[in-house]
Amino acid sequence: MAFAVETKGITKRFGELTAVDNVDLTIEKGELFGLLGPNGAGKTTLISMLCTILEPTSGGGKVNGFDVAKQADAVRKSIGIVFQDPSLDDELTGWENLDFHAELYGISGAQKKADTENALKLVELWDKKDELVKHYSGGMKRRLEIARGLMHAPAVLFLDEPTLGLDPQTRHHIWDYAKKMNREKKVTIVLTTHYIEEADALCNRVAIIDRGKIVACDAPSKLKRKGESLEDVFLRLTGKEIRRESGGGFIDKFRMRMRARNR
Amino acid sequence: MSEFTALKVLWKRELLRFIRAKSRIVGSLGMPLFFLLFLGTGLSSSFSQGNYMEFIAPGIIGMVLMFSSIASGLTVIMDRQFGFLKEILVAPVSRLVIVLGKTFGGATTSILQAALIMLLMPFLGVTFNATGFLTALLFMILISLSFVALGIAIASKMEDMHGFQLVMNFLVMPLFFLSGALFPLNNLPGWLKTLTLIDPLTYGVDGLRGALTESSVMPFWADFTILALFCAVMLGISAWLFTKKN
Repeated sequence: MAFAVETKGITKRFGELTAVDNVDLTIEKGELFGLLGPNGAGKTTLISMLCTILEPTSGGGKVNGFDVAKQADAVRKSIGIVFQDPSLDDELTGWENLDFHAELYGISGAQKKADTENALKLVELWDKKDELVKHYSGGMKRRLEIARGLMHAPAVLFLDEPTLGLDPQTRHHIWDYAKKMNREKKVTIVLTTHYIEEADALCNRVAIIDRGKIVACDAPSKLKRKGESLEDVFLRLTGKEIRRESGGGFIDKFRMRMRARNR
Repeated sequence: MSEFTALKVLWKRELLRFIRAKSRIVGSLGMPLFFLLFLGTGLSSSFSQGNYMEFIAPGIIGMVLMFSSIASGLTVIMDRQFGFLKEILVAPVSRLVIVLGKTFGGATTSILQAALIMLLMPFLGVTFNATGFLTALLFMILISLSFVALGIAIASKMEDMHGFQLVMNFLVMPLFFLSGALFPLNNLPGWLKTLTLIDPLTYGVDGLRGALTESSVMPFWADFTILALFCAVMLGISAWLFTKKN
């Protein structure tokens, strides 16, 4: 049986910086897998390579059995993704955003209509479908992105910090959708989050990644020593010093601003 | 087949965004109308080669086409900043289709904008040669495709919109002034003449002039061939840069 995700020595360098360093990772089909790590650990870079946005510097990987470098198109058809940063068209309505997405993925006609409707109803945005996305709240935007990531029935869904900056109610909703999709549609879910206790409750396995390397990978219960929470494990393995995120260019500052605004 | 659907939906998005930004459409009509009305009237008495407003009308159409085309090519930067480009890049669609969808969409909205100006021109007393409309449309398509492609090519090299003023002042404005949109190309000093002949928009404006007011300096085939070549080269460069960058 092919794995949902399988990487061998996957590496990404940006000049001097090695963002992802020789990572071997296998995720089985049907898993709800958590990727945890401090800021700048390489989580997003790893996901970007798995969803064909970045090319690995060396090594490689397969998603849903397809090679991320050589079979990019097949990989793209197999995955859904919710990016860390917003990626909706603000000038379009919720319905139009999903309609656009459906057509890009080759869904058309009655099927498209049904899928769009189902997706909007799943995240409880059906009554807001004709409103421009720029009038949505941060939580609504996030839910719409999740609906979008799921609507073409992907085999693997990547959620890159889907609950960042959201209130507890919305966070619970989002994790409920994720669980439901995982259970009912057998979608493999790979998520990153800084809410470690949520990952503990949600994921059957987690990998802790630091400075581009995986430092631990197992079921949360097996990583914990007596009396430890998963957060304790996380701090034990990655240390307590505060990390500096690389970058600081315009795009990064812009992102911060966007995030602040979407809260 | 699905690539064609993708092309269509990318094109549709540009159109939707255009129609939705009503204040931008109205705003974009301002400058060309003022050029036509104030400059066209103000300079008419010192213009010896016929009606000056009628002379610059095709030039103003060329200006609207070039300005809005380059601007819509540059919106690739906005798509990147607002993250929407990622949504497109991760979809199972080839990079070539993405860049073509953007180009066709941008060209369509530019032509719509120019058509709006053209509709208003008769009210200012400009008369067009009605039989030339199809030829004019041909030139409008070539101009807009060329400059959307140029905009996308620039966007592939620019990190953010800070460079927008630079592009406007050092590329768009010279291209406009040198195109002969506002003054006739005959009797120019040698250096200026050379510069105007290098400017690709010159052939677009001259082509429009030939079609709409039968007053071109160069024959149709020369305008058409040079502009079509420029268009093909720009489309090639923009597709190459966009694919490479992403």
